[in-house]
Amino acid sequence: MKESVIMKIHYGTALGAVVLVAIHILFRMTQNFSESLQYESVIANYQFLPYAIMLELILILLSVHGFNGLRVILLELKQGVGYEKTVNYGCIAAIAILVAYGSRTILMAGFGM
Amino acid sequence: MAAINPQLSNELPSPIVDPHTDSITLRISKFNPKTDSVVTFQEFKVPVHKWTTVLDAILSVKQHLDPSVAVRYSCRQASCGSCGMKINGKPALACYTKISELNSNIITVEPMNNYPILRDLAVDFTQFFSTHKKLKPYIIRDDSEVTDDSKEFLQTPKEVEEYLQFSYCIKCGLCNSACPTMATDSSFIGPQALAQAYRYVSDNRDTGKNERLKIVDDSHGIWRCHFAGSCSQVCPKGVDPAMGIQLLRGYLLGFRK
Repeated sequence: MKESVIMKIHYGTALGAVVLVAIHILFRMTQNFSESLQYESVIANYQFLPYAIMLELILILLSVHGFNGLRVILLELKQGVGYEKTVNYGCIAAIAILVAYGSRTILMAGFGM
Repeated sequence: MAAINPQLSNELPSPIVDPHTDSITLRISKFNPKTDSVVTFQEFKVPVHKWTTVLDAILSVKQHLDPSVAVRYSCRQASCGSCGMKINGKPALACYTKISELNSNIITVEPMNNYPILRDLAVDFTQFFSTHKKLKPYIIRDDSEVTDDSKEFLQTPKEVEEYLQFSYCIKCGLCNSACPTMATDSSFIGPQALAQAYRYVSDNRDTGKNERLKIVDDSHGIWRCHFAGSCSQVCPKGVDPAMGIQLLRGYLLGFRK
């Protein structure tokens, strides 16, 4: 993939995450802090489909943005064909693992498992 | 003028010293990668006038105190870009920096950062020029050969303004020396070459835009610029490479055509 496409995704995920995290925070402000963290309240969020979709989107956006940022930092830190390949594929794997694990949590909580 | 190294001052002709002139201590970085493992500094007392430049002071040391000091220079008027070095920690042209404007009695000169050192103040520009060349720093078009019918390619003042400041680059390498990305990423194209890429991409006579954009759109290309802006701060010719890089990004992001 061309670097310009990757960076467009990087900027896009940043903007998307800012908007969705802002909505998430606004929702949290409808209750007081301790109430918001109560078990029933958290599970209710996961079981409300639009909110669960938003949490899934935040997970994807932040994972992609964060690990691409880490990839950029690591590429600037050291150079070399083998090293760069490891960093690129390592970050893709990390995104996939984090999204899979996070999605599992959202799905399990959503379905009450 | 009195050298701190007495051996050398005895061997070389002493300069004529006016008792009314000021003197400064010039600390010169000495390093030969073939023989030395660490950088050392040699100190010299040099008489200065209000018009004395750092290059004048170094050449005075070379002439009277230590002829072994390695320094690259040529035009002495900020046109050739040969005498770039770190002066009191900041990259600058030695011929374009007056001692009087530094407001210090101790002047430290070191080779530029982010380049391999050849010896003392002279650095290796091989990679710098090869990167510059890679970006095709010339007008690309099929009908570039001058014929009777096409003796010139006319441009409006506005079209010239698009790239004019970037054509003032003298390839001194100070921008690359000041760049924080270049300090860690040895494969980074660098502000000089990226600004030159913009200079030709924005020239309406040029048709090589896509070729150049393909080269800069690399994992060690234009996206590794973090817009620190130090390249623009140190440019002795008033070029703003940081702005050129942002404008060049505009083409890749689709903001510019």
